[in-house]
Amino acid sequence: MIRFDYADPATLAEARALLLAQGNAASLMAGGTDLLVEIKEQVRVPRLVVDLKRIAGLDTLQVDADGALRFGALVTARRLETDARVRARWPGLHQAVTELGSIQVRHRATVVGNICRASPSADTLPPLIADGAMLHVHGAGGDRPVAMEDFFTGPGRTVLRPGEIVLQLRVPPPARRSGRVYIKHGRRKAMELATVGVAAAVTLDDGGRIADARIALGAVAPTPIRARRAEAALVGEKPGDSLFARAAELAMEESRPIGNVRASAAYRREMVGVLTRRAVQRACGMALAEERP
Amino acid sequence: MTRAALPALASSAPAAPALRSVQCTINGEPVAFGVAPFRTLLDALRHELGLTGTKKGCDVGDCGACTVLVDGAPVNACLMLAVEAGGRVIETVEGLAGPSGELHPLQRNFMRCGAAQCGFCTPGILMMSKALLAENPSPTEAEIRFGLAGNICRCTGYTKIVEAVALTAAEAAGGAAGDTSAAGRPRAARPAPGKGTR
Repeated sequence: MIRFDYADPATLAEARALLLAQGNAASLMAGGTDLLVEIKEQVRVPRLVVDLKRIAGLDTLQVDADGALRFGALVTARRLETDARVRARWPGLHQAVTELGSIQVRHRATVVGNICRASPSADTLPPLIADGAMLHVHGAGGDRPVAMEDFFTGPGRTVLRPGEIVLQLRVPPPARRSGRVYIKHGRRKAMELATVGVAAAVTLDDGGRIADARIALGAVAPTPIRARRAEAALVGEKPGDSLFARAAELAMEESRPIGNVRASAAYRREMVGVLTRRAVQRACGMALAEERP
Repeated sequence: MTRAALPALASSAPAAPALRSVQCTINGEPVAFGVAPFRTLLDALRHELGLTGTKKGCDVGDCGACTVLVDGAPVNACLMLAVEAGGRVIETVEGLAGPSGELHPLQRNFMRCGAAQCGFCTPGILMMSKALLAENPSPTEAEIRFGLAGNICRCTGYTKIVEAVALTAAEAAGGAAGDTSAAGRPRAARPAPGKGTR
């Protein structure tokens, strides 16, 4: 392992100052499960690792009075996985954290770290985009909210400016008559990187038509993307097989996959179609199940 | 717990960052040691403390051979810095046996079921299994397999590993079920019909 120094500041101001003083030579660490691998593989060669774990308040996980889920930068995937409220109300996110790495990794890895690492195949990104999550970004110039879908600019790249730190995440409360699904596609059941990941969040109106639809695709573009044409095709329509097939077709057209060691571009595009159809169908099924008295 | 002060880094960084002192509890004993800030907990356990029961397989969090418990939670020791262990309670395979050397029920049942081939994954799997049973004392076969998904057995001998964990759970639930003198593959280790995935 390359030699680096380590700091665990007790305040955000200290952490920010360390990041700014070191510039690109400093890396921020939450869980460290990706960062330490990147350092070992010399993808990153920081001179200083700034650990957030001693900063108070970043490990809170709560459901607000308005029903939104809010959690800090130090909340691990395992805490979300084992939280009954997350399992019941944000099943897309819950599925993603349950399939991320191993239990050992999930005890250390944080969801905010998964986001800031900005891997195109990261599991938590599609469901959080479909759920409309907002990031709370803290910096020298003050704090700013950033929508999850606007956060990523490329593989490993985000809109974060030097010295900025993501403090927490807010996931809106689930709408009435809605369903949320994440489907991860890989070659094995565990310890896998997503070949394709599709998340869908669908809300039905009182007449049983689709009032709102959000579809997010992972691992098929330089960043996770929304399939906006597929979403638009769903809104105002009654759920049904031909509608799902149409949305799947549009999502395939909107994806921009590459071929690599895990799958060819053509296979990924095909799977976008299959998984989008299944995800939207299941999300509509969940919304309909909620309608029953 | 006194953590080291923030480092004052010169812009022309010196080659070797200063050693940090770490105080923690390992296998019930208070331990203090000095360690470079870039050392993983795994390397510190093996090289600084001589606890070589914890194995280094992949060193990138894929294989689980380095699984230890930190404040009761199973983690990959290769993905944690040794300086982060300050003030924490660490358990490694060396701490599984009792004070007078009597084996932990998991160790006993791994032997009884023949759940080790080359043995390289065994310490990590024992620690993960301990965490698994602490959280879920009567797991189904599917739950055992899900729990051990982060531990690779390079010999692919999973069947007997799953049997040994199931037997340990059954013994703890049934009290007298565990006859430690019996050799061979015990029937109790087989999951009840319909409980598992296969």
